[in-house]
Amino acid sequence: MTEHGFEHPDVIICPGGPLLLRGDHVVEDADGVAHETRRPVSAVCRCGKSADQPWCDGTHKVLPARDRP
Amino acid sequence: MLLPKARGELSEALFEALRSETGEVGSLHLRPTDQDDAHIALWAMYELHYAGFEDVDDELEWDPDVLGLRRLLERDFEAGLRSRHTATTLDEPFAEGLFAYVADHDGPSLAAYVQRTADREQVLELLRHRSIYHLKESDPVAWTVPRLPTAPKAALIELQYDEFGGGDPNRLHAHLFALGLEASGLRADPYAYIDDVPVEILELNNAMSLFGLHRRLRAASLGHLAAFEATSSLPSRRMAQGLARLELPQEMIAYYEEHVEADAVHEQLAVRTICGALVADEPHLVDDVVFGAFTCLDLEDRYAQRMLGEWEAA
Ligand code: FES
Repeated sequence: MTEHGFEHPDVIICPGGPLLLRGDHVVEDADGVAHETRRPVSAVCRCGKSADQPWCDGTHKVLPARDRP
Repeated sequence: MLLPKARGELSEALFEALRSETGEVGSLHLRPTDQDDAHIALWAMYELHYAGFEDVDDELEWDPDVLGLRRLLERDFEAGLRSRHTATTLDEPFAEGLFAYVADHDGPSLAAYVQRTADREQVLELLRHRSIYHLKESDPVAWTVPRLPTAPKAALIELQYDEFGGGDPNRLHAHLFALGLEASGLRADPYAYIDDVPVEILELNNAMSLFGLHRRLRAASLGHLAAFEATSSLPSRRMAQGLARLELPQEMIAYYEEHVEADAVHEQLAVRTICGALVADEPHLVDDVVFGAFTCLDLEDRYAQRMLGEWEAA
């Protein structure tokens, strides 16, 4: 907690995992296709290995430590 | 919905008392015949706090004798769960430590079997078993909400809002599962299959209600949630692939596909913003977070062992 209340960031970078986005956004994937977020918090893949781009599908957890973001 | 079938002397006597007008549970001094008997009795008493039963007076939800019997069975159950758990110190930082604890737990995988090997009948059996929980998905942990301090409370609701469809009943996860069941030719009314489920499924469900209904166990409830979410995305993909291989209906496949993406978010929230915020507030609760996480993994293993044993022997 800070002096003024709680930390509540819009974007959270998860070590070794995705980037969490709070709220409504449009995310463009590597092929230039736009995807709208559909839930209160979305997880954007940072490891590049998700089969569900641009969203994280948990695949980062089975990557060797050196390949995790 | 009516009371389930009794599975032994205690549940027989309990269900009879619950059905009678007087509801005289106080005279029950029976010990359960076995675990099946104990867990169906406990499951039914918990159910009085959810949707209840048509053949049981709603007044009995808070009957002191029912609560007394519930407490006896819960004590044995919790003691058994704790005896299987070895206290562990998580690595720092907390979130990475908890993720590593879950990842290091090695158990048999039902999802891998469904993905590659299971036949249609086996998958339908699994769906019938899973229906007991999935038709009230996320309800047990909702009991935990008012027992939390500010930051983990807000964080849990952020996750549950998504479980409950973000306000849209069409997207509520339990409803998606009901659509999947119907499309698969199965019954979607709650607990239609309760009489068919093995004791391991009753234990899985009872553990969530035990943790949810006791403020004392609020950290175990959240630890359970974290382990559940952190073992969901990749297995849900395998389930979806297995269902597609067996040409099950798209509605059922869609339920699992939704969980690939949703639970990749939920595991981060459960571990970081929910459990992380709880232990930041109340550091002494970390052991119960781990106990809850272990219990989730352990009970899931026991169910998987049983089903794989039965299927592979067939
Ligand atoms: S960050 Fe999770 S799959 Fe890429």
